[in-house]
Amino acid sequence: MAADGTLVAGAPAPAATGRSNTMQRFARRRSTIAFLMALPLIALIGGLVVYPAGYAMWLSTLNRRMTANIGLGNFEILLESDTFWMVIWQSCIFAVGAVIAKALIGFWLAHMLHHIPAKGQRKWRGMLLIPWVIPPALSTLGWWWMFDPSYSSINWLLNIFAVPAVPWLGEPWWARLSVILVNVWYGSPFFMIMYLAALKSVPDQLYEAAAIDGATGWQGLRYVTLPMMQNIISITVLFSLIVTFANYDIVRVLTNGGPRDLTQVFASYAFQVGILSGNLPRGAAVSLFMFPVLAIFAFFILRGINRRNKEQM
Amino acid sequence: MSASSANTIVSYTGKKLGSLRSERRWALWTAYASLIVATIIFLAPPFYMLVTSLKSSAEISNLQGNPWLVRAPTLENYMELIANPLFRGFFVNSVVITLCVVVISMVISVLAAFSLARMKFWGSQALATGVFLTYLVPDTLLFIPLYQIVGGLGLLNSIWGLILIYPTLTVPFCTWIMIGYFASIPKELDEAALIDGAGWMQMLTKIFIPVALPGIIAATIFAFTVSWAAFVYPTAFVTTPEHMPLTIGVVSQLIRGDTFAWGQIMAGALMAALPPVVVYAFLMDYYIAGLTAGATKG
Repeated sequence: MAADGTLVAGAPAPAATGRSNTMQRFARRRSTIAFLMALPLIALIGGLVVYPAGYAMWLSTLNRRMTANIGLGNFEILLESDTFWMVIWQSCIFAVGAVIAKALIGFWLAHMLHHIPAKGQRKWRGMLLIPWVIPPALSTLGWWWMFDPSYSSINWLLNIFAVPAVPWLGEPWWARLSVILVNVWYGSPFFMIMYLAALKSVPDQLYEAAAIDGATGWQGLRYVTLPMMQNIISITVLFSLIVTFANYDIVRVLTNGGPRDLTQVFASYAFQVGILSGNLPRGAAVSLFMFPVLAIFAFFILRGINRRNKEQM
Repeated sequence: MSASSANTIVSYTGKKLGSLRSERRWALWTAYASLIVATIIFLAPPFYMLVTSLKSSAEISNLQGNPWLVRAPTLENYMELIANPLFRGFFVNSVVITLCVVVISMVISVLAAFSLARMKFWGSQALATGVFLTYLVPDTLLFIPLYQIVGGLGLLNSIWGLILIYPTLTVPFCTWIMIGYFASIPKELDEAALIDGAGWMQMLTKIFIPVALPGIIAATIFAFTVSWAAFVYPTAFVTTPEHMPLTIGVVSQLIRGDTFAWGQIMAGALMAALPPVVVYAFLMDYYIAGLTAGATKG
């Protein structure tokens, strides 16, 4: 590793050179400088991510006033409550439903974009990415207004086609659907852009070879595109599952958990229990329920990325 | 013989080409139709927000006619908001927070990425993986312990608490993409610099930062958009209106009483969304590079 510039060896200096010299050498050593440069990052991760994570676990074992340790009491109480089971179900329905829809719409749009002449792609891509650019808490306000029971502009459009008015945020299943709908609107452009980048990295020769072998468009998709994109597809889906599973803004602005806590997801429920009702330990426990699921997704993402790195080397 | 076979090939390819061409044209039409439909749906909410923000309250509450059109456009909602010191305060808070967070994130992540990509020390590989894992930690997982920590420091209801916490959202991803950009710089450049007697700091400022400038711009845009749009932390940590940034300010403060001032809410939301949209409009390529870097470069 000549390029590393390790002119000063990593071995400790002989004792004879004296203490100050040793210190100087130590300070000049490449790994010391490197460590110092990474120190702010280490402090940030240690102090504001790892420590709070440990603190959350400790917090979740306390009682409401944080005066006594009740072990796993908070988790037991949560698992016995019907509302919390509803939260678990709603989080899963929300995350899985939204991610599947986002992935399909994103894939479709990326394909369509890839097919049109390269000249026009930029313009379309620019317009289609706008939902992703607007901060979601703000665009959700717009959706909330569009779902307004008496002034809904969507219902006005449906009315033209003689479709009866839809109680978007009033009925549990419609409310669930609305939350998913807004999330899909916000997240599909991200999938589109990721898939488009992946599509562009598939070499054209592969399609030419497939066409010479007589492959139809569908077969090209099935045997060339999908295998080449498999890794990015799985990384994007897993990543989006994490983000969607932990989503807060859309539920908070659109339904605030209602009607009757039926659209509450982990994050909004943790907020309600922990901050609004002032039971911090139980709120921390609600959040921690997300952890195992997120850890599993993270493990697979990391594996996918390592595989990808190995392929590229 | 050869001529006739050439003929058949020509006619064969001619026929094949014709069917291919019609197939291609059909595919092109499908593509344009899908894109048009998607664009209309994707742009409908912001368009409707704009239309509503241009209406007077009387026109909004009038149920007659097409809600998607505005009959008597007025800027009064915008004027009222700009004249409102509370709203201007939200804007100032957001700007101060975002500027501080962007600077802090970029300093931390460029230094760390340089050290992780080039210099390596004991445990640096593990740290790089750790950085990526931190990026996958959503803000909703840790906001309750952070609420306690920020409260312990006496920084609740203060923009400094947010400036302290936001880097946890931005730094991991910025570091991660900067590692990718720095690692792609050829090692010959370092050697040349070392031979010329450059120190590590000089190497970073004279070579790495200029060469990896596109990456730095992408990371800066990322840090900017994330801290501008952050919602969970300000909602949890700030309850006094004068310390709120825009996102939570618009969501919680403009919605008051029984009669919602929809025109004003929409005008506020649009103005709050403007900075990221403007940055995106001018720096779209860097924005997209940053977005896709996580998976395609990492």
